[in-house]
Amino acid sequence: MEASAEIAKPIRLDPRFRREIMAISGGETLKICFQCGTCTSSCPIARFSRSYRPRQIIQMTQLGMKSKVLSSDTLWLCAACFTCTDRCPQGVEVASVLRVLRNLAVKEGFVPAVYRELASNILGTGYAYRITALQIRNREEFGLPPLPKANIEDIAKLAQSTDLSKLIETRGTSSV
Amino acid sequence: MSNHKYLFFLGCVIPYRVPSYEVSARKICEKLGIELVEMPEFNCCGLPLDPISHDMATALAARNLCLAEQKDLQIVTLCNGCAGNLRKINKELKENKELREKINGYLKGIGMEFKGNTDVKHFIQVLSEDVGLEKVKEIVQKPFKNLKVAEHYGCHLLRPSKEVAFDNPENPKVLKALIEATGAKCLDYIDETQCCGATIIGVNSEIPLELTREKLIHVREAGAQALITICPSCHLMFDTNQPRIERKFGEKFDLPVLHYPQLLALAAGISPDELALKEHKVDVSEKIVLFC
Repeated sequence: MEASAEIAKPIRLDPRFRREIMAISGGETLKICFQCGTCTSSCPIARFSRSYRPRQIIQMTQLGMKSKVLSSDTLWLCAACFTCTDRCPQGVEVASVLRVLRNLAVKEGFVPAVYRELASNILGTGYAYRITALQIRNREEFGLPPLPKANIEDIAKLAQSTDLSKLIETRGTSSV
Repeated sequence: MSNHKYLFFLGCVIPYRVPSYEVSARKICEKLGIELVEMPEFNCCGLPLDPISHDMATALAARNLCLAEQKDLQIVTLCNGCAGNLRKINKELKENKELREKINGYLKGIGMEFKGNTDVKHFIQVLSEDVGLEKVKEIVQKPFKNLKVAEHYGCHLLRPSKEVAFDNPENPKVLKALIEATGAKCLDYIDETQCCGATIIGVNSEIPLELTREKLIHVREAGAQALITICPSCHLMFDTNQPRIERKFGEKFDLPVLHYPQLLALAAGISPDELALKEHKVDVSEKIVLFC
């Protein structure tokens, strides 16, 4: 292998990013993280991922590395098990801060394909998955009552007022 | 007999992939006099959308909570994800006036209002808190004699603990006590409360399979003959994906995975034929039923 000299590229920092996150409900505790690493050492995903480190995402957010954080695939690896939040000695709501970051990434156009699909299923059927005719027949064979019918009109209205419809419609089908 | 009456929140994963859990839970409810009121007009609990829109996830949960308030009933659910999200959001909406006003603004458009007078319980919580361990023990007619199992609690019933937990998140005991009520011995193993990874399988399938494999190894090393779960997504990882894990890592586990109500139903003398055991990927019948 040929050794290549790496040229350090300047990193674009956005000093307002930290405040932007802290102003959103769930992001307030970003400020009090003192980088002890309890989150990463407790994280089941970090044990098997080479890139996902919650402590690092928090640090990058504190430093204002907005575009790097929001465009990163690893942001989507949090399994929301909340072990980090539970064990943080400072009371940082780590999983909630990560959720705030993901929600913001979506506003910037980064939506993994699976979430587009889940959203489209919920808007179309009320359920997160498309339940097939076979699965419905199976229920009958097990003597289970009919599947509850969702109220699609209500769901559509909520998607309108929470801007979900806009978030998933306007951005084509590209995915992270 | 039926002073235990709940609105039954089925969620999405159970009707989609895990009917055996619903079948067996309904049998147990009949046996214990727990009345399940079917829930029409429901929608997804909201959890799957939380990563992309916390507002929509909250609004979806709030709508379900409003339906329960209108019926003047508490919600019971079999799914950890549904229980976790509905419990968390119910608590937040009750305690945070600003959030409540915001969400009620969304709900106004569909003629609803969150008032804060219902509660949400996971099935396991209903068994332990409302029905009680003693009553559960009373239905056990054929206790297991030499069966050793392990439990996987799953995440969203325990964490975030200040919002959802009803048991100790670092050392939970409730499910163990319910398992031991069937006569089976519930073993301890390494990293019992660790996540199975199911929630990110749509983004990355490698990591959840590694996590689940590691748990299967720990369960096997402890000497358990079966794993007991209480969440449909965990069941998909441990049972449905077990053959996939075996192929990927070239090792055999052959570890039966039962929903807790199946274990209890067998001990209560309900016929194995009524528990949809054949739906499972890993054969249960020969290995577990014999211990009854």
